Amino acid sequence: MNRRPLLAGALLALTLRPAAATPEDEAAALRAFTGGAALREGRVALDIPPLVENGNTVPLKVTVQSPMTAADHCTAIALFNEKNPQPQVITARFGPRAGRAELATHMRLATSQKILAVAAMSDGSFWSTSAEVIVTLAACIES
Amino acid sequence: MARVLLNLPRSAAKGAVIEIRTLIMHPMESGFRPGMNGSILPRDIITRFRCSYNGEEVFRAELSPAIAANPFISFTTVATESGTLSFTWEGDNDFRQTETRDIAVT
Amino acid sequence: MRWLLLLLGMAAAQPRSGTQDMSRELQAMQADDSANPGMLWMQEGEALFQRREGLAGKACADCHASLAGVAARYPAWDPATAAPIDLAGRIQQCRAERQQAAPLPRESEPLLALTVFVARQSRGMALAPPADPRLAPARARGEALFRQRRGQLNLSCAQCHEERAGLRLGSALIPEGHANGYPQYRLEWQALGSLQRRLRNCMVGVRATAPAYGAAEYLELELFLAQRGAGLPVEAPAVRP
Repeated sequence: MNRRPLLAGALLALTLRPAAATPEDEAAALRAFTGGAALREGRVALDIPPLVENGNTVPLKVTVQSPMTAADHCTAIALFNEKNPQPQVITARFGPRAGRAELATHMRLATSQKILAVAAMSDGSFWSTSAEVIVTLAACIES
Repeated sequence: MARVLLNLPRSAAKGAVIEIRTLIMHPMESGFRPGMNGSILPRDIITRFRCSYNGEEVFRAELSPAIAANPFISFTTVATESGTLSFTWEGDNDFRQTETRDIAVT
Repeated sequence: MRWLLLLLGMAAAQPRSGTQDMSRELQAMQADDSANPGMLWMQEGEALFQRREGLAGKACADCHASLAGVAARYPAWDPATAAPIDLAGRIQQCRAERQQAAPLPRESEPLLALTVFVARQSRGMALAPPADPRLAPARARGEALFRQRRGQLNLSCAQCHEERAGLRLGSALIPEGHANGYPQYRLEWQALGSLQRRLRNCMVGVRATAPAYGAAEYLELELFLAQRGAGLPVEAPAVRP
């Protein structure tokens, strides 16, 4: 069996990628959201597939533990990434009228990387979690 | 007008948390992608989404080029009273679209 | 012993939908009408189906109530042209003859929308290619095309999607390449597209010359693929990576 054509096929997958955001970019974007407050681990769950077949559309859901009362609620959820061209993904803002602190969306992943989800609470605290996502290289892209 | 798909209940019990799921047809051209001739295609994305309930904002989101084409956003709100939910997407090139849905709260 | 082998052989011959090769998350996206982006086209198709078009001033809905099961039986034999016709082709034909409306080009948004609206009415039904003997020659040509090496990479459809299905190309799983989800929302396209677009992708991918949309070669491949995937549930609009 001749393997060469298949290897050549695999080379179809090579695509040009724009420059990724730097760690400083991500830190700056995070600072703009938190005002420099410390992140605490917990209260945030990020449901995102660990292995992604195509980075163009990656479903995810963020759920924050909060009573969502007038006195104690989540005010915002923000998502950041390491290696897309820009560190921001989405920032959602809401209040007790949301009932639950939940956000689901479809995001893009330029490559394998860590996604950071941060929740802002009405008491001024910030909570976070992160998830590593592996993007498998698409073999058959439209050319 | 971009096609929009809104999924939310037409009626709900007072105080119930309802889930709202939205899809809108939009390329979300990232501004980082080369076109057929090799030059970078200009950014054309939806940058803001808002949901108001009888005129009061209950949810808003700022979107970046990292949101997938044909943006999907799902969130919840408490069914407080009968009335109208209004959804507005805004973006580059003066993109702006508003859709409304009525809800009966009992 | 022989019956056991026969049974195993039959089990191996069971076609495997691309859905089974996707992550649980993409399967969920496909199954959820409120998250499947293909439903944007489906909704548009529903509106177009109701709209009066052309000199005849007729809407599709004036003649057709339910089209459940129809997509599962296409491509079919078209006596008028004495040739096979696929679902998009039938919609084009209906539009030209019954509505006397301007043609919708292949792969145009309204044609994809109408096609997915019709196809979705067969969701969950088994692909049931017609046994019409007039289709047999074109179907046989389709199978020959499926097995014919082509392009600078000198690869046939069968070499990837039959002989190496379940293996990997780079890190991507090679699916069996069945046609039960079209028109489908392909994440690579970030849009809805037809089976002909997907076939064209594969041809360009192996560096072969792809015929223009609507060419007999696609119809023949579509006919063979319907036979090859017979029994699989219609999944339109499927989501695929």
